[in-house]
Amino acid sequence: MIKIEHLVKNYGTNCAVDDISLEISDGEIVGFLGPNGAGKSTTMNILTGYLSSTAGRVSVAGIDVLNDPLGAKKQIGYLPEQPPLYLDMTVDEYLNFNYDLKNCKLSRAEHIREVCDVVHIGDVRRRVIKNLSKGYRQRVGIAGALVGNPRVIIFDEPTVGLDPKQIIEIRNLIRSLGKDHTVILSTHILQEVQAVCDRIVIINKGRIVADEKTENITRVIENNRRFNAKICGPQAQVLSTLRNLPGVAYCEALAERDGDAITYMIESNPGVDIRKKLFFTLSNEGWALIGLEALGLSLEDIFITVVNKSDADDGPSRYTRRQKTRARSAIESQVASDLYTQAGQKRAEASALGLDEDEE
Amino acid sequence: MLAIYKKELKSYFINPIGYIYTGIFLAAAALICCFTTYLQSSYDVTVYFVYMMYAFVILIPLLTMRLFAEERKLRTEQLLLTAPVTITGMVLGKFLAALTLFTSTLLVSCINFIPLAVIADAERGGASYQHYHTGIVAGELVGCLVSLLLLGAAFIAIGTFISALTENQLAAAVITIAVIFGMIGLSLLNNLIDAYWLRTIISWISVYSRFGNFTNGLFDFAAIFYYLSICGVFIFLTIRVYEKRRWA
Repeated sequence: MIKIEHLVKNYGTNCAVDDISLEISDGEIVGFLGPNGAGKSTTMNILTGYLSSTAGRVSVAGIDVLNDPLGAKKQIGYLPEQPPLYLDMTVDEYLNFNYDLKNCKLSRAEHIREVCDVVHIGDVRRRVIKNLSKGYRQRVGIAGALVGNPRVIIFDEPTVGLDPKQIIEIRNLIRSLGKDHTVILSTHILQEVQAVCDRIVIINKGRIVADEKTENITRVIENNRRFNAKICGPQAQVLSTLRNLPGVAYCEALAERDGDAITYMIESNPGVDIRKKLFFTLSNEGWALIGLEALGLSLEDIFITVVNKSDADDGPSRYTRRQKTRARSAIESQVASDLYTQAGQKRAEASALGLDEDEE
Repeated sequence: MLAIYKKELKSYFINPIGYIYTGIFLAAAALICCFTTYLQSSYDVTVYFVYMMYAFVILIPLLTMRLFAEERKLRTEQLLLTAPVTITGMVLGKFLAALTLFTSTLLVSCINFIPLAVIADAERGGASYQHYHTGIVAGELVGCLVSLLLLGAAFIAIGTFISALTENQLAAAVITIAVIFGMIGLSLLNNLIDAYWLRTIISWISVYSRFGNFTNGLFDFAAIFYYLSICGVFIFLTIRVYEKRRWA
């Protein structure tokens, strides 16, 4: 549906988008994720024909954006970061203007009513946009993007500034739009992409640093390797037993206490489930396990790891989708190895400090 | 293009600016007509048109200042530029909307001549052959009207261009006022200059000296061509501004 090949955009000497290649198939909901100034909006602006690229090729539904800009624009409904609303028009006037602007062929009254129903603005159609609340304005903007029933819908940070209830509504709306449209949305809210998107593309400094199906990322997150265990027993002995347990990569006692129980943070080696072994070992020793809580890995952790990593190696080696097909889930191993080295460092620090920590 | 034209024309009357413009235009036209003809007991309408030209210094910026500046400030231009409309279509739509409002107010202001015609008719006392020359000279009136219309179109094109350069409406208005005033005032400067070659150049550039031929009853095709080329050049430049911004 959308094909981006080696896209580059320079603002003067400042490189906003640096060789992005991406292919999005029909009916996918793709989330662009990245810190501020990563190049998300620029990429979207190039896709919609608002900006031109310095180099590279972009095509929408097989139509090259440069060769046939009007044809490509017809395929796209775009909601920029700041919804482009004429504040002194009523909602009806605004949608009618959008209808005329896009040279829409569908039946006017019916189509506009449909669009209003989708975003639930039927009750404010006669009101002037200036007097609407932020949430309603955002929805009017979305309605404007939907007019003409474009095949591709692009949302730039659609939930910024909305209250939690509205955010959930908009997310549900985007989900439902994904049934018969290709949707691209950008955000820096991680839960949002996780909740809405089929695929997550992380962009940093104008480059794609990760491009994964959401399930893969969710799997990384749910791949529990860190636990907080509340164990009743003498701290030094418990700690040394835990550390000697096969499969445990790292263990430390936390300052949290619950009666005579002490909380230990345990991290296992990748791919090992140590929970059963942990239970039986402890019961053999006669120490009661009164709590076991999986810490997991938040999307934030992954995001920060990936972004930091891309900041660190600014070399020519880049993560692309082609490489991904070779290693089944590159992000998984990448994040895992990063955490593994982190754990190693922590272990080294702990041993350098000697047993001081254990006597706390 | 039609959608933008319609929207732009409508927005003149959603905003107070359209009413302010029409109000000032018609009031100024009535006053100027009153002072130049009725109070002077004169049927010579050409003076009226010269003064109207000076009124454009204020009137045209009112019409053009928000065309692009406001869209840019409110970021609504993003809607227009990502819609299946060419930049040329967008610029022309806006220009024609301003031109339409301008033309209609100019034509409405022609009602000022009706009393003049009535008075002339009364003065002739029905004896149309006796005072044949009493009254407005129709050819002169039409010539001046056409040239004023084209002059206005040229100024609107300039104002449109300036509006596309900034996102501040006030700045657009002030610069447009300065430019239009400069273009008209250039001919006033001419009277102070002795060097003949310089005067030739200035009168060649000046819109006023071109307008002079019409007030003298000449229908000057060169002047019409001149006004139309100003229109064309500035519309072209406006399109370039938007093209360039895309590639920046």
